[in-house]
Amino acid sequence: MVQRVLLIEDEPNIAEAIGFILRRDGWEVVHLSGGDGAAEAARRLRPCLVILDHMLPGMSGLDVLAGLRGDPATAALPVLMLTAKGLPRDREAAVKAGATRFMTKPFANAEILAEVRALAGRD
Amino acid sequence: MTTPLTGARMRERRLLLGLRQADLAQEAGISASYLNLIEHGRRNVTAEVLARLAAALGVEAEALTGASSGALAEDLRAAAGAFPDAAAEIARLDDFASRFPGWAALVAALHGRAATLERAVAALNDRLGHDPHLSAALHELLSALSGVRATSAILVETEDLSPDWQRRFHLNLHKDSERLADGAGALVAYLDRSESAAEAGIAAPQDELEAWLSARGWHLPGVETGDPASVQAAVRTIGSAAARQLAEAHLVRVAADAAALPLGPFSAALAEIGPDPARLAARFSAGVLSVMRRIALMPGAEAGLVMCDASGTLLFRKPARGFTLPRFAAACPLWPLFSALARPGMAVGALLDTPPPAGARFHALAFCEAELPFGFQGPDLRTAAMLILPAPGAPGPALPVGSTCRICARDACPARREISILGTAAERGFDSGANSV
Repeated sequence: MVQRVLLIEDEPNIAEAIGFILRRDGWEVVHLSGGDGAAEAARRLRPCLVILDHMLPGMSGLDVLAGLRGDPATAALPVLMLTAKGLPRDREAAVKAGATRFMTKPFANAEILAEVRALAGRD
Repeated sequence: MTTPLTGARMRERRLLLGLRQADLAQEAGISASYLNLIEHGRRNVTAEVLARLAAALGVEAEALTGASSGALAEDLRAAAGAFPDAAAEIARLDDFASRFPGWAALVAALHGRAATLERAVAALNDRLGHDPHLSAALHELLSALSGVRATSAILVETEDLSPDWQRRFHLNLHKDSERLADGAGALVAYLDRSESAAEAGIAAPQDELEAWLSARGWHLPGVETGDPASVQAAVRTIGSAAARQLAEAHLVRVAADAAALPLGPFSAALAEIGPDPARLAARFSAGVLSVMRRIALMPGAEAGLVMCDASGTLLFRKPARGFTLPRFAAACPLWPLFSALARPGMAVGALLDTPPPAGARFHALAFCEAELPFGFQGPDLRTAAMLILPAPGAPGPALPVGSTCRICARDACPARREISILGTAAERGFDSGANSV
């Protein structure tokens, strides 16, 4: 059965590249370009994991994460947080908010694929 | 006598005022290249040129040559205070300064330089952590770079990429590379623009404003003549945006003071009544604080003025000769300024003696005004001011005060917060004057 990944990323070129890599690896990718409605989409689509950008227009990545963790249906969902900020305090904020893993941009395609596989328990 | 440190002091002062070498050279009637050589200690400077440079920098020539022993002693005390573990022999400070004037000036200059650099580091740290433009510019670059990296890896690593996807990713790569170029260009332009600000940022904004006002004799004629454009143009020469903002706020206040207390009639009333802010305020139906500011900022006024908010933070410092105002630390809690702060609307006056060995007598007049911007429920916002009038030889008991505990010589002061780095009175060889009331 094809596993679904919810990708929440506002940069279209990055989203296209990540989507391409994951689809070639056999994942179904649903892309949202903003945080509004993301928690509700996660509950409805039941992905096996979420790739979440830190800096989103409107609702921030941390806000989306808080929404996911506050809902019993998505509280345990693995979340891979992407951010252009590599500062320790941003990493701490993401971990504190409940991010399962944290990856700093610019990332290598192989790294993101390996993280997704590990989080979905495919390895 | 000029020394290699004369040039260094000129440079320090020039940067504090946010002046370029070309501006200062023009004002002093010398070439910029000659000024550059002077600043780097490669040319001696004649007494005449020194006087012109000092005038342009708003300081006494002695302050540049280091011949002002009082200022040097203050700087050395401050240097000793910054490194108490070094246990500098404060009691022998004058001995040191007179026997080794060059070394003493060097210690003072290095201390000034260290303080300047510490402020620059703090300012840059603030900027890296909190500058939204820098943060947004770096985020933009990293986002574009992420797109380039992910897309180019796909193009290189995916052997069976369809022509449609190839075209699509080439287009994305092109867009991201353009974005990267634009972002890098914007970042470089931003950092270039900030360079002069960073140089000016070596001073705290308040120091910068006060140095700017001091260079103009604390008086802005354009405000009196109703020519705000000339003052605005001068404000634009201030190095940092933060200090310019402080200057704008200061201009608004002094313009209101000038309107309420026109220079001619006010000077006449001051000559008639004397420096009594309450009576002058009544005469002109003006605020007491406005009058105090007006007295201190008249052309050639000898009076000092210090103002603070309810936290005791000094908002404005115009020193009177012989009455040192702290630059970095909290002020002497015995100042009438703080008594007034606790009692808005009440006049507080006192004779003050500053600490030996250079002790002098002053008449201090303090007053606090409260505003209610949050309405009747408060809290009230208080601003207190203290006018510092030189009163040499004034009879009667005086309150022994200091500048700030750390460099105050009064051992037995009941208001002491921390020990002085000056040692005991016995070590210094003079009476601390703590019991002169």
